[in-house]
Amino acid sequence: MMHGVFLLTACISIVAVVLICVFLAANGIPAMQEIGVFHFLLGKTWKPGNDLYGIFPMIIGSIYVTAGAIVIGVPIGLMCAIFMARFCPAGLYKILKPAVDLLAGIPSIVYGFFGLVVIVPIMQKLTGTGGKNVLTASIMLGIMILPTIISVSESAIRAVDNSYYEGALALGATHERSVFKVVFPAANSGVIAGVILGIGRAIGEAMAVNMVAGNQPVIPGSLLSGVRTLTSNIVLEMGYAAELHREALIATAVVLFVFIMMINLSFSAVKRREKE
Amino acid sequence: MKHPFSVMGRVLVWASEVIVMGILTLLVGYILIKGIPYITPELFAWEYNSENVSMMPAIINTVMMIALTLLIAVPVGIGSAIYLVEYAKRGSRLVKVVRTTTETLSGIPSIVYGLFGHLIFVIALHFNLSMVSGILTLAIMILPTIMRTTEEALKSVPDSYREGSFGLGAGRLRTVFRVILPSAIPGILSGVILAIGRIVGETAALIYTAGTVAGIPATLMNSGRTLAVHMYALLSEGLYMDQAYATAVILLIMVALINALSSFAAKKLQGGNHG
Repeated sequence: MMHGVFLLTACISIVAVVLICVFLAANGIPAMQEIGVFHFLLGKTWKPGNDLYGIFPMIIGSIYVTAGAIVIGVPIGLMCAIFMARFCPAGLYKILKPAVDLLAGIPSIVYGFFGLVVIVPIMQKLTGTGGKNVLTASIMLGIMILPTIISVSESAIRAVDNSYYEGALALGATHERSVFKVVFPAANSGVIAGVILGIGRAIGEAMAVNMVAGNQPVIPGSLLSGVRTLTSNIVLEMGYAAELHREALIATAVVLFVFIMMINLSFSAVKRREKE
Repeated sequence: MKHPFSVMGRVLVWASEVIVMGILTLLVGYILIKGIPYITPELFAWEYNSENVSMMPAIINTVMMIALTLLIAVPVGIGSAIYLVEYAKRGSRLVKVVRTTTETLSGIPSIVYGLFGHLIFVIALHFNLSMVSGILTLAIMILPTIMRTTEEALKSVPDSYREGSFGLGAGRLRTVFRVILPSAIPGILSGVILAIGRIVGETAALIYTAGTVAGIPATLMNSGRTLAVHMYALLSEGLYMDQAYATAVILLIMVALINALSSFAAKKLQGGNHG
């Protein structure tokens, strides 16, 4: 009897995924058809008042800020992971590890608030603009993906067999050269998995980004132009949207969902390679 | 003389670490300095009104939300982990499907959960913007966390425990409940704590499911906002920046406490393996 109960609970996650797909598709895809898939995905104007629903600026916006987050967050995160796995004195590690965990636990609304009251004013002073732009959002997201990248890469680096390191030392390499040229490359699939997880977090982040990005639904012309992401589009307008406008927002979530699925697929492909 | 490559590498890793810790210090320090002066007794009044902007109802809602979400997600998560580890045949197709769906669930952004919860619970099932809608949405969201950590915990119980229990004549069910689950508790607990952290910090999934009403809801069918949503509401109203700082302080304290609990559980877990 209990066998059946356990089986049933195991099926709940399947049911949940099916429901999510069905509900998003049923509400989003008709809107896409009504607007026209081409007009919806590649349309450059988002003016719900005029029944113009082109989310191309938001797709580009999401890609821009995610790319920016990678450029800012990945190098720092990886260096930090190498430090924590191979350079850090044990005493210092006892402080750093909980600090990174704290960074991971800080709610996105608090990150967004910090961005709004600290990063945006600094950006205003430095550039003489409104301060809410692609660069600000990229910095914000770059910071937010740090803990993910650091902890996943750190455990990947730690998992590399010590004989690699010792072998490199025995061949006369310095500590640094052994770590950078032998241990780190050996951890690459784990590190890539961490980076992909970080990308997933960056593209899916909604609250913090919409507080610092400016949210203009136009393709940003430069790093200092305002930008709106797919996620902020939903957060900003879902509260008051109705009818086709509302369905267009759900269709936006469908597009976001497809992006996430692609990221997930590459994540599991990397994971599988790691196991082999 | 050291190799220039090595010197550069050393400088780079130290600099990165300093940057990361600098960011954390700046963030926490800034919020504490700006927020602590505004933590006043009125902020913890039982009733919310626009005079006191009390966060107490939001704190109570958060606790309620955590308790009820866990009440749903923990049994389901543990049940499915038990099925995957103790009952299912290794490599069965169902196990693979469940694994894939769990991975999918854990990658879905919270705003998509929020939208889904809005469509199914608020609209299709007519629960309206209510605690129930929020709780059900969050329960699905934290399910993969609970499942994954419980699965790991069950897998780390040595097979000799199972064999010993079977050898003494216990059935599979008794073995699971009396032998395996008790030794997996610290691992399960760490998953629960992770999930609590996620609930406390959640905003995007709750705004369009549980709504943003400031008081304590009379029933679970009424809307109520958690502390993180409270902070979001204060910021979007734009009138209560000082109180928003104070709320951020309380959120940070909560997160720090949850993390401390979790590392305590992790230590317990390591201790348990030796004993």
